[in-house]
Amino acid sequence: MSVIADAPTKRGSRFSTTRSRRSALQGWAYAAPTAIFVLVLFVIPLLLVFQMSGSNWPLLSGNQGVNFPSNYQKAVTNRFFVDSIVFTLKYTVLATVLLIGLGLGLALLVQESSRWKGFLRTAFLIPSALGLASASLLFYVLYSPFAGPFAELMKSWGFTFLGTPNGALFSTVFLIVWRFAGFYMLLILVGLQGIPDEVYEAARIDGASRRQTFTWVTLPLLKPTLALATVLCVTGSLLAFEQFYILTKGGPDNSTITVVQLIYNVAFQGQNDLGIAAAISVIVLVALVIINIAQIRSFRRAPEES
Amino acid sequence: MKSPHRITRRVRKITAFVAAGALMIAMAACSSGGGSTSDNSLAGAGKTGTDNGSTLTLWTRAPLEKQAKLLVAAYNSSHKNQVKLTVVPNDDYVAKVGAAAGSKSLPDLFAADIVYVPNWSKAGLFQDLTSKINALPYKDAINKGHLKAGTLDGKEHVLPFVLDLSMLFWNKELFKKAGLDPDTAPATLAEYAADAKKIQALNIPDTYGTATGLNCGGCLVFTWFPTIWASGDQVMNEAGTKALLASANAKAEYAIWRDLWNSGAVLPSSKDEAGPTWTAGFTQGKVGLMFYPATLLSSTTFDAGVAGIPGIKSGASTFVGGDGIGISKDSKHSAQAWNFMTWLMSKDAQVGVLAKDGDVVSRSDLANNQYSEKDPRVVTINKVAGEGETPVALNFQQAFNASDSPWLSLVRNAVLGDGGGVAKDNDAVTAVLAQ
Repeated sequence: MSVIADAPTKRGSRFSTTRSRRSALQGWAYAAPTAIFVLVLFVIPLLLVFQMSGSNWPLLSGNQGVNFPSNYQKAVTNRFFVDSIVFTLKYTVLATVLLIGLGLGLALLVQESSRWKGFLRTAFLIPSALGLASASLLFYVLYSPFAGPFAELMKSWGFTFLGTPNGALFSTVFLIVWRFAGFYMLLILVGLQGIPDEVYEAARIDGASRRQTFTWVTLPLLKPTLALATVLCVTGSLLAFEQFYILTKGGPDNSTITVVQLIYNVAFQGQNDLGIAAAISVIVLVALVIINIAQIRSFRRAPEES
Repeated sequence: MKSPHRITRRVRKITAFVAAGALMIAMAACSSGGGSTSDNSLAGAGKTGTDNGSTLTLWTRAPLEKQAKLLVAAYNSSHKNQVKLTVVPNDDYVAKVGAAAGSKSLPDLFAADIVYVPNWSKAGLFQDLTSKINALPYKDAINKGHLKAGTLDGKEHVLPFVLDLSMLFWNKELFKKAGLDPDTAPATLAEYAADAKKIQALNIPDTYGTATGLNCGGCLVFTWFPTIWASGDQVMNEAGTKALLASANAKAEYAIWRDLWNSGAVLPSSKDEAGPTWTAGFTQGKVGLMFYPATLLSSTTFDAGVAGIPGIKSGASTFVGGDGIGISKDSKHSAQAWNFMTWLMSKDAQVGVLAKDGDVVSRSDLANNQYSEKDPRVVTINKVAGEGETPVALNFQQAFNASDSPWLSLVRNAVLGDGGGVAKDNDAVTAVLAQ
């Protein structure tokens, strides 16, 4: 503090410039670890992907030189490109609506103090402690018509969970809801508890019904939390991979190929072309940036209007 | 403030650091140099390579884990060189090899699914072994399909590691129950289907006539191609750039399977079977007969019959699959790695390890040995191995094995779908092969 106070005086100026230079250096030193991490783990890989997407780069023989824009042409003409985008969007809408809706419902349920509060919160949150890949494996066995506990049931109904395109989609969505509903509940619960009691009290004094309180008090004040939850959920769903890789492998009949799975297939399962895979990755990255900006904008604009 | 005592402590600390660093460098030099200064290149190696106590690394995929472990244990106990085996899950193998190839960190030796070998040889992952292989006195006896898959522009890159053949296996007990002759294999695919239906008709709970992997491109290649070969047709042109999967015999094959599926004589989970459990039903004795990998003969506990896979009208054939093995481009111990490969081809390994375990030998001159005499089924397998084929194509994985392969679409449309469009689906396979 004293250094800053001294700064404007003439006598201390030389002293303070060395001081401020030193503190600037210190600042850089503090920021350096993060900066290095970002550079090494984010910026360099990103640049590498850009380079790959513009190069002929087979998995097994490495960089063979620039061939821009051929990878992008091959990426958009891939026979699963359009199908995978349509499927990913379908899955994203389903998962987001279900997860945010259910998360909100569960949060409202466990927010009220009741005897079961602690138990319910824990019960809803426990699946989140399981890794997504492990959870997918667990459901793989559950859904298995050969080894699963529902094998008998499936046989008598003549139906398998992962055997039809819609069955596979909804079975996977069920796994995701089971795995993530608790997480979104927690996220929304934090937002709910951040709403001051005074506002509710005022609403009560004004004679607002329960429903009115929810629509006109809870929802508007929960908007930032809902925005965060939606951005997380949409981004996560658009990048869905493990659950489909383990449960369906894109099947049956290529009906559940997500965009990231297409990238993986092109890179490692047959075509083995990192260049085309990188080109799809860049396209997905650009799309994600645009979608996220649009989402954040739309959530930001709303409170200003009201 | 700095006391002399402190300074000495700091100096000591630095010395310790330097010493530790030097020690680490020395150790690293030791492990990479193999403790010897001799020539480790392939050219400098003798006919049987070098056995000087080096450590060799070897990668293989999980389905051949049992055979790989037996081979490595036998080699390590009889040689100064020591092989370190890494077993990688089947689905991750290509990605792992690809990543290692990019970072120049491939192991000294690695096995590859024989259908991927042409592509991997072209990518330059294996060293050229032509002169070494040609110098082997028993070269003509080594399995031709595997050698051919590893030959690119006249240069040979791989030797067979473990052969895996697709064979017709049948459960003799279930055959007896269904009133079928337990000692006679069905001679045609139609007879095969009839037998499956008879076993299904026993109505034993949880027991089915036959099983297959209808969502597993690799399984279908392995078990359905032989019927086409046995009928006298080919699945691809010689160069592996054009699919011939819409021939009359191929269509007849799909039609028989379609009828089998509709009759309910196929294990229901076969429809979605993507590979991991495609053999489980038969292994547990719940399937009457099926086309099955011969490597699992030794782990089949009940009395099973074995024969070649029948054609539409007559004949028998097999898919000579399994893995080929080569020395990687990144190996610093090529001479030592060649020592392992020549041992692998020797009688000690082929008869003493593989035949003893009930596996197929890679050398036809060793097909009759003391172990095969005990089990006539092994003789059958060895005999059919000579009549089998190994298809060669650069884009094999993408066209057939991949989960989104056009071959899988072809089979699923022909067997589970409306049954039409085989010609169109065949063109889609060609489109990928011709890339």
